[in-house]
Amino acid sequence: MKEIYLDNNATTRVDDAVFEEMRPYFCELYGNPSSMHYFGGQVQQKVDEARQRVATLIGAHPEEIIFTACGTESDNAAIRSALEVFPNKRHVITTRVEHPAVLTMCRGLSKHGYRVTELNVDGEGRLDLDELRNAIDENTAIVSIMYANNETGVIFPIEEVGRIVKEKGALFHTDAVQAVGKIPLNMAESTIDMLSISGHKLHAPKGIGVLYVRKGIPFRPFMVGGHQEKSRRAGTENTAAIIALGKACELAGKHLDEENTRVKAMRDRLERELLRLIPAARINGGKAERLPNTLSIAFEFVEGELILLYLSELGICASSGSACTSGSLEPSHVLRAMGVPFTCAHGSIRFTLSRYTTEEEVDTVIRELPRIIRRGREMSPFGRELLQQQ
Amino acid sequence: MWDYTDKVKDHFMNPRNVGDIADADAVGEVGSLACGDALKLFIKLDENKERIVDAKFQTFGCGSAIASSSALTEMIKGKTLDEALQITNQEIADFLGGLPEEKMHCSVMGQEALEVAIAKYRGGPVPTHDHGHEHEQEGEIVCKCFGLTDGFLKKVIGQNRLHTAEQVTHFTKAGGACGGCIPKIKELIAEVLGEQQKLEPKRPERLTNLRKMQLIQEVLENEVRPQLWADGGDLELIDIAGSNVQIAFRKACAGCASSSYTARFVEQKLRELVAEDISVEEVQG
Ligand SMILES: Cc1ncc(COP(=O)(O)O)c(C=O)c1O
Repeated sequence: MKEIYLDNNATTRVDDAVFEEMRPYFCELYGNPSSMHYFGGQVQQKVDEARQRVATLIGAHPEEIIFTACGTESDNAAIRSALEVFPNKRHVITTRVEHPAVLTMCRGLSKHGYRVTELNVDGEGRLDLDELRNAIDENTAIVSIMYANNETGVIFPIEEVGRIVKEKGALFHTDAVQAVGKIPLNMAESTIDMLSISGHKLHAPKGIGVLYVRKGIPFRPFMVGGHQEKSRRAGTENTAAIIALGKACELAGKHLDEENTRVKAMRDRLERELLRLIPAARINGGKAERLPNTLSIAFEFVEGELILLYLSELGICASSGSACTSGSLEPSHVLRAMGVPFTCAHGSIRFTLSRYTTEEEVDTVIRELPRIIRRGREMSPFGRELLQQQ
Repeated sequence: MWDYTDKVKDHFMNPRNVGDIADADAVGEVGSLACGDALKLFIKLDENKERIVDAKFQTFGCGSAIASSSALTEMIKGKTLDEALQITNQEIADFLGGLPEEKMHCSVMGQEALEVAIAKYRGGPVPTHDHGHEHEQEGEIVCKCFGLTDGFLKKVIGQNRLHTAEQVTHFTKAGGACGGCIPKIKELIAEVLGEQQKLEPKRPERLTNLRKMQLIQEVLENEVRPQLWADGGDLELIDIAGSNVQIAFRKACAGCASSSYTARFVEQKLRELVAEDISVEEVQG
């Protein structure tokens, strides 16, 4: 059974060209870029090239790129740095729908004397900028608001947010892990101070990330030790992964148009057909501006994990917006923040496409999913009532 | 990805006995849409109203919920109502070759639906683990989010020998939403463990050294550590030299400001249940 991989917001396939680019840096060109000899020096050159490639993708300067071990580290490092830079500012603003990499960190801060404001979203997953305007003050050290949501794909008006933040003199960080490579970004004309990237979301390997820090923005390192990354992130570089990420960023730039045309068209077709074929379904964040590859769709009266298990049996890989583990039998914090009705909050499925997705794969989902939903509903006491009504 | 047994997979891929029974003798419903799982169970009895001849279910829930319902209906067929009532959620899980601990609440739901169906049939009081529905049973609601009473929670704690609040959440969902009742759940655990202790024999008269060591270990295992677990702590027995018992604190107890009180509590327990002359010493181990 060949898998149909529609879970690209969870992680992506490493591009073959990316893999080829990194391959020599394990057994052949394994030198340490900090070494004085030519053998390390040639690796240093490739790391610099990678830094340039990452910078180019987001319209930044190479000195503004710090390599980290993952998106989570970048998020943590950005927020911690801001708090060290402003030791007297004891207020942090974020949103209720952030990835745990930001949210868990902020909630932890509230136990250490910080005031943490979590901004709400409306039923479509959108921010109310007036809420931000009212929350921010001179005591706010950092505002950390994601560029695009990993579950729904909803894109926040980041530049407008940035302008509000700058007026109050706070630092502005955005978790752009899901945005980079899917929509164009340009730091040269941006209000963003710090921005997080994760390699494995754009066809590079897992375990490599970037924190962009704008020139002139003060930064305090999270990881201290050696002088790597200009002492902003100590630890011997993950050279192969850095070089891979550079290549992945170069390719992402080339494929950006495709992402917003061909991939988006497939996503739109999947969305349209599922809504047409399956009654009592709704799109989470359907009225908001969204990433071109993400479809979060909620089905009433059927449970998400069951749908995933039935899809998985056919080789179709997706994810759900709720996890039936006891504690969080609860719908995800994102769907809860959006106030998705309880009749369908447990039945949300996320399909996330990539440039590897084919029309045939989309056809398979369109063919199989209506049957699966019907089957789940036939088993469910509420679903049966729905089916009887029809 | 959950690590499901082949049997669990078989039962959610090919669930047995889905549907309804038009002339069912007993119907039990538990759960609700809002809490993410619900089960409706139909039971048909033989002519003498003794044995279960047919059972059907409808379940809204995850793979384990479907599998547990399917397993339950298979297990109760041919049993008398009293025999069926003896089935524990652990037996439902065992029938399936085991469930991940986080999914044990799914098996509990099957057992609950069965109790409700039989109680309704017999016209007695209906047990309330009726998450989200009206609560018809005596007992005080502990978990407001899922509407679970102290009586129900104590039963599950006792039957499954649970000793942490987290386990209680895995088995019943109690405390899984707002978490407000977790302190109360810890009290219930301590209460149930206390009751179990009362059943056990008191301090023996005279002891050989070996027997004394065994007893000390038993008391620490059965009486002391479960109470520490309830607060996220633990201890390790380092050594026993005559009547001197050396322990080291672990987890939340390690470095806890009140660890010397805890050490006195351990000493008191050992004196009470093993021998008067025991002294407890806290060491770094
Ligand atoms: C929005 C967002 N932020 C952060 C992360 C974490 O990235 P990483 O897995 O590289 O730590 C992810 C992905 O898991 C994500 O989707």
